[in-house]
Amino acid sequence: MEAPPARGREAAAPKRDSAGEEAELELGLGLSVGGGGGGGERAGAKRGRILTARDFPSSVGTKRTADESVSQEGGGGSPTSASQVVGWPPIRAYRMNSLVNLAKAPRAEDNMSPNEKSKSKDGSEDNTRTGGMTDVDGREQKHIGFVKVNMDGIPIGRKVDLNAHACYETLAQALEDMFFRPAKTIDLTGAEENRQVKKSSKLLNGCSEFVLTYEDKEGDWMLIGDVPWGMFLTAVKRLRIMRTSEVNGIAPRFQQKSERQMRKPI
Amino acid sequence: MDPSKSRDSAESTRVIQFPNDVLERILSLIDSHRDRNAVSLVSKAWYNAERWTRRHVFIGNCYAVSPQIVARRFPNIRSVMLKGKPRFSDFNLVPPNWGADVHGWLAVFADQYPQLEELRLKRMTVTDESLKFLARKFHNFRVLSLLSCDGFSTDGLEAIATDCRHLTELDIQENGIDDISGNWLSCFPENFTSMEVLNFASLSSDVNFDALERLVSQCKSLKILKVNKSITLEQLQRLLVRAPQLTELGTGSFLQELTAHQNEELERAFIGCKYLHALSGLWEATTLYLPVLYPACTNLTFLNLSYAALQSEELAKLVAHCPRLQRLWVLDTVEDVGLEAVASSCPLLEELRVFPADPYDQDINRGVTESGFLAVSLGCRKLHYVLYFCRQMTNAAVARIVQNCPGFTHFRLCIMKPGQPDYLTNEPMDEGFGAVVKTCTNLRRLGVSGLLTDLTFEYIGRYAKNLETLSVAFAGGSDLGMKSILVGCPKLRKLEIRDCPFGNEALLSGLEKYESMRSLWMSACKVTLHGCKTLATQRPRLNVEVMKDEEIDDGQSYKVYVYRTVAGPRTDAPSFVHTL
Repeated sequence: MEAPPARGREAAAPKRDSAGEEAELELGLGLSVGGGGGGGERAGAKRGRILTARDFPSSVGTKRTADESVSQEGGGGSPTSASQVVGWPPIRAYRMNSLVNLAKAPRAEDNMSPNEKSKSKDGSEDNTRTGGMTDVDGREQKHIGFVKVNMDGIPIGRKVDLNAHACYETLAQALEDMFFRPAKTIDLTGAEENRQVKKSSKLLNGCSEFVLTYEDKEGDWMLIGDVPWGMFLTAVKRLRIMRTSEVNGIAPRFQQKSERQMRKPI
Repeated sequence: MDPSKSRDSAESTRVIQFPNDVLERILSLIDSHRDRNAVSLVSKAWYNAERWTRRHVFIGNCYAVSPQIVARRFPNIRSVMLKGKPRFSDFNLVPPNWGADVHGWLAVFADQYPQLEELRLKRMTVTDESLKFLARKFHNFRVLSLLSCDGFSTDGLEAIATDCRHLTELDIQENGIDDISGNWLSCFPENFTSMEVLNFASLSSDVNFDALERLVSQCKSLKILKVNKSITLEQLQRLLVRAPQLTELGTGSFLQELTAHQNEELERAFIGCKYLHALSGLWEATTLYLPVLYPACTNLTFLNLSYAALQSEELAKLVAHCPRLQRLWVLDTVEDVGLEAVASSCPLLEELRVFPADPYDQDINRGVTESGFLAVSLGCRKLHYVLYFCRQMTNAAVARIVQNCPGFTHFRLCIMKPGQPDYLTNEPMDEGFGAVVKTCTNLRRLGVSGLLTDLTFEYIGRYAKNLETLSVAFAGGSDLGMKSILVGCPKLRKLEIRDCPFGNEALLSGLEKYESMRSLWMSACKVTLHGCKTLATQRPRLNVEVMKDEEIDDGQSYKVYVYRTVAGPRTDAPSFVHTL
């Protein structure tokens, strides 16, 4: 890999927002990500803030690493405020991801609520599966966590937390910010998007030279947007921003809506 | 000639002519690599006898030696254990594509050790191509163990399952891999019977249950089986009745709606497991189904509940059935009350690991505190290994704990908020850790946390004479801290430091030390490039590798990895790693 990983996997340096604190890059494991779209089970899920060296009188430089699973940035402040630090507490990535799902599972005595089945093994890989388990309540197995996103022409991929979005629009916006406007501070929780007036995502409305696709559980590549969001969550394994020219048989959305019914997956 | 002289020379002649094959026969009985290293230093004859009889080689740092050198010295190796990346790579402190690729080793082994049987890798990069190469080239291959590795996918496992006809062990743990499908399990040949250890607990894709059931039925020597979450209770029952000889079991998901009949069958299956001494898995285990385990718990020595968020009562009921428990891993959802139950039910406990269910939660009312730890130390006097994640701790508690259990060999305390003092006195945790090193004279591994001044390190340097591994984060006040350790701990082998105010003077104070250590890691400290260059110049037999963190350009943001080596600078270093 020729490109230095530090650049490819991370957003740009944090900018200070009006509160004077560095805007947070919420590219994390999702533990502290509030229920921006998906609705976390935990009440009061807190936003993490990264401590940097400036927080500790005697220590220096807590920085992001190139690895995406715990890459967050935060501003200065006292060490007593809520914080997340790269690689701290020292728990292996695989275990961290298992814990994410445990934290979100409702705990009730004798309640056989189905916990989320799709657990990623560690921070650098993420798989969606709805599991081989019988769902006792017949409720849909919910997908959790991060999926890989690759864009044609860019060797280094990103990851996005699907749980932080409730609809295709915010997801597409987040991806556009990630890949097309890397200088912008990215808030992947979707919370910001809800507040802003959003123009329709280019990736979704077909006028970009790229389309957003996903690979489903069966290994087929599908165009994003056809199925209800919830169903999409159960099926998606990873995303790809594909050049429109490479897409065979998928008509741009705004031109031929009806053709999509007859489209074959690529 | 003087008769005594002639007798002496006759005797010494007899010793020299001690037959080589007898020597080799005797030495072949020695397994421990430390003993063997000692043996090889006795004399040239012994060195040669040792190298010819060595079957297993352990390489703690894959860059400390080259595969060619290993092959040259040891011609008859059948089993290799290799460790790669620095331990902090587990916590994302090492950028991806750093190295530790096993392929270079495999290529040499294919040539020199075509009879290779066992390969155990930890923190190495392993690609699918490497796995396919392995499966193709080594016809006698039996054991593959991959822990905390990355770079491969389940496709690579397919190759192993398909081609390794004599495979006895496949142990895949906590790796960063592409879990594409569970198809690999179906790739074992139909007449496959040799499996003894199968651990795929950390893979998430569904496997074909029929294939698994057949494998379990046919492999009569299967002793260790750890399945993944996709295996249901019902399926587990079917596996257990086919493998009552299991000694270690990792269950699948422990949550499924069962009929009364199924429940009974499951219970009976567990009763049938008379040889079970280790139990893990238990995802989503709840009060409802834990009782089926009770009959199998009598002889349990290891219980891993670290993926089951049990509450205190659930744990209490469970451990009441585990009187012989020696090792317990739990989540802090069990809280202090749960640990108190452990203290009263498991007097033989030697190892306790408490992981945080919610590491980023700042709420100190959750999880475990110093009382839980204290309770266990009171009830379990044989405790010698602890890994404890908590949100509050006091010096007094730590001191009492080690007073109760002075036999600690591994003391890893993680107070989760960096720089947190004793919550009652607001003082640094110096005295607590001081007590640890003063009291626990057999201490080999120490992980410190909380607010710590240089005094902690002075204590460590002064008292921790058997310390081999030390992990430090967000601690210390000045170079003096690190100096105390380097000057004071004679057996120190691994030192890993992050976010501490140790600079060049501290780094260079270890000039005499580093060649007797395996490695040193320092990140987000105060060392500069100049200091590292000085070290590299003065100690050419060390590799001083520097990784620059690109975000901050204050001349100090380096990650430094120093290790002894006979292989010279890395030839495969990526662009962001500079060997000075």
